Amino acid sequence: MAIHLDENTKVLVQGFTGQIGSFHATDMIKYGTNVVGGVTPGKGGTKHLDKPVFNTMKEAVEATGADASIIFVPPPFAADSIMEAADAGIRYCVAITDGIPSQDMIRVKRYMRRYKADHKMLLTGPNCAGSISPGKCMMGIMPGHIYLPGNVGIVGRSGTLGYEAASQMKDVGIGVSSSIGIGGDPINGSSFRDHLAAFEEDDQTDAVVIIGEIGGPQEVDAAMWSRDNMSKPVIGYVAGLTAPKGRRMGHAGAIISAVGESAAEKVEILQECGVTVVPNPSAFASVVQEVLAKVS
Amino acid sequence: MDIHEYQSKEILADYGVPIGNGGLAYSPEQAAYRAIEIGGDVWVVKAQIHSGARGKAGGIKICKTEEEVSKAAEELLGAKLITHQTGPQGKICHRIYIEAGCNIEREIYLAFVLDRANESVTVVASAEGGMEIEELAVTKPESIIKIAVEPAVGMQPFQAREIAFALGLDKSQVNQAVTTILGCYRAMRDLDATMVEINPLVVTKEGNIIAVDAKMGFDDNALFRHHNIAELRDKSQEDAREMRAADRGLSYVGLDGNIGCIINGAGLAMATMDMIMHAGGEPANFLDIGGGASPERTTKAFNLVLSDDKVECILVNIFAGINRCDWIAEGVVQAVQQIDLKVPLVVRLSGTNVEAGRKILVDSGLPIIMADTLKEAADKAVAVWKETTGK
Repeated sequence: MAIHLDENTKVLVQGFTGQIGSFHATDMIKYGTNVVGGVTPGKGGTKHLDKPVFNTMKEAVEATGADASIIFVPPPFAADSIMEAADAGIRYCVAITDGIPSQDMIRVKRYMRRYKADHKMLLTGPNCAGSISPGKCMMGIMPGHIYLPGNVGIVGRSGTLGYEAASQMKDVGIGVSSSIGIGGDPINGSSFRDHLAAFEEDDQTDAVVIIGEIGGPQEVDAAMWSRDNMSKPVIGYVAGLTAPKGRRMGHAGAIISAVGESAAEKVEILQECGVTVVPNPSAFASVVQEVLAKVS
Repeated sequence: MDIHEYQSKEILADYGVPIGNGGLAYSPEQAAYRAIEIGGDVWVVKAQIHSGARGKAGGIKICKTEEEVSKAAEELLGAKLITHQTGPQGKICHRIYIEAGCNIEREIYLAFVLDRANESVTVVASAEGGMEIEELAVTKPESIIKIAVEPAVGMQPFQAREIAFALGLDKSQVNQAVTTILGCYRAMRDLDATMVEINPLVVTKEGNIIAVDAKMGFDDNALFRHHNIAELRDKSQEDAREMRAADRGLSYVGLDGNIGCIINGAGLAMATMDMIMHAGGEPANFLDIGGGASPERTTKAFNLVLSDDKVECILVNIFAGINRCDWIAEGVVQAVQQIDLKVPLVVRLSGTNVEAGRKILVDSGLPIIMADTLKEAADKAVAVWKETTGK
């Protein structure tokens, strides 16, 4: 098992024929992801990377039976593409696009609520590096080779910091069941908490690492949820101890604008909720190792 | 993106928000002329800088004669104002706004924010106006009224009425307040604002409602569809280095330390800065070089980091996914050769094409200190910084 994506996941690429979409679709196929086609409005009926191209998501899903999609559509049109995926019956969608207006994302989130629970699409991102279940399926822009298959789940807001954690773990022989990128925007498709719940249910995951940063309420929310609902250990890191208040640190969502949004405050609450905190970003592997030793 | 008070007021007035009679001036003469135009016998001269708390910094002056207006303008134009929001470097005032004074009966706080927890626009109001909301949240949390707006239908009049009544407004003022509240909301929604703050919203002794101060911030990601808003950008109010960085596709924030940072990815950049602090040093900046960094962009990043005189050591940390270590390495070598680098340089490469990248650095024969891990990189950077500066 793994969460959200595995060897049976059939993936469509939205923004398939564009430069970025082509580049990463090629990588994903090389990794072994079952890419069944893509959508670029106006290019339906053609082939790209040996896969069929469709005009609309509905056509694409009908023809291929796809249950997942990944979005490389430029920011002005990306919100529309996410809603198109939701309406076409996609189960899991990864939005890579960076720079979607916040109010577009508010509308997207509201739109997704119109579907009943069992038809509701799960969205991760936008502004993320994607998700991977090592050895099974990669939906993202990450270097696949740095992830070893294994029993630790990862959820993170940052792409490259997630790579850092996964490769530190690989160096000591710890593998990953699934690594989920929720993205660096202020309004995300889904939050840490949504994925903690999935990892709790997953029989191949023994512990979960959450990689947070300054800004927003998500890390605290997840820690409180895990305290009340999780049997598996949760390990956490919050980046940005040196970040000054009120300054945006790269990610649109990485800004301390309210009480409780600084790294130090989040770390304190994480600890109170029983999350094992990684004290500095070079200690991912050693802390995970210690926690796993206690589990088995 | 932030805009000035007078610009916010112009926008909000178009949406039916009541504002006082006022005008902009760039010189003392113009200021005095504006006062005559506006009429009355009390004027408020307000420094236009991108910051709140201007009053405490001496940026707001009440004047009783045209001569006083002219004198206040003289003092404010070109002055550097330091508030807790501008930081110690302050902001220079290049424009002033002259407004008719009003008889204040009471002051109200009103703001519209993007609420990340609720994933909606939330209205925040308090009968305790004039104070800052952070202060209110601590001293009088019970006075704060919050209402979330349902995104599918937008704000409804009943919600605005609820706020108006909760603020204890007289029934003759409720309609004015509802118009004001709904107007602010529509401006926020239509223009992709990230916040609208009216502090204070004043009830005058005559029973009218007026927005005495107004602040708006906009979503940078949505400026592509609001050209008229994008044109309001006042570059004199923004950090020159951060702006230059943004123009070059880099994300940069200047800080107080001595170790310059060049990193890919915002999260890894923050983590590396944390690691520097853990190793006993202090970062001079946040810099995300972004994905697919070419040698040219790497050179630009070096120039940018070195434009800060405090930088006494540089740490490059790249975990290449879309990036390639060999491109970054070429960029590093080019930059060091072009710039004639005087400070020590520590480079850590990891990920795609790492072997090729390391080889380029070693073969260059340049005095680059190599590191394999994040910890090693931070330790070496701090150690060499201490060694060369004796700090």
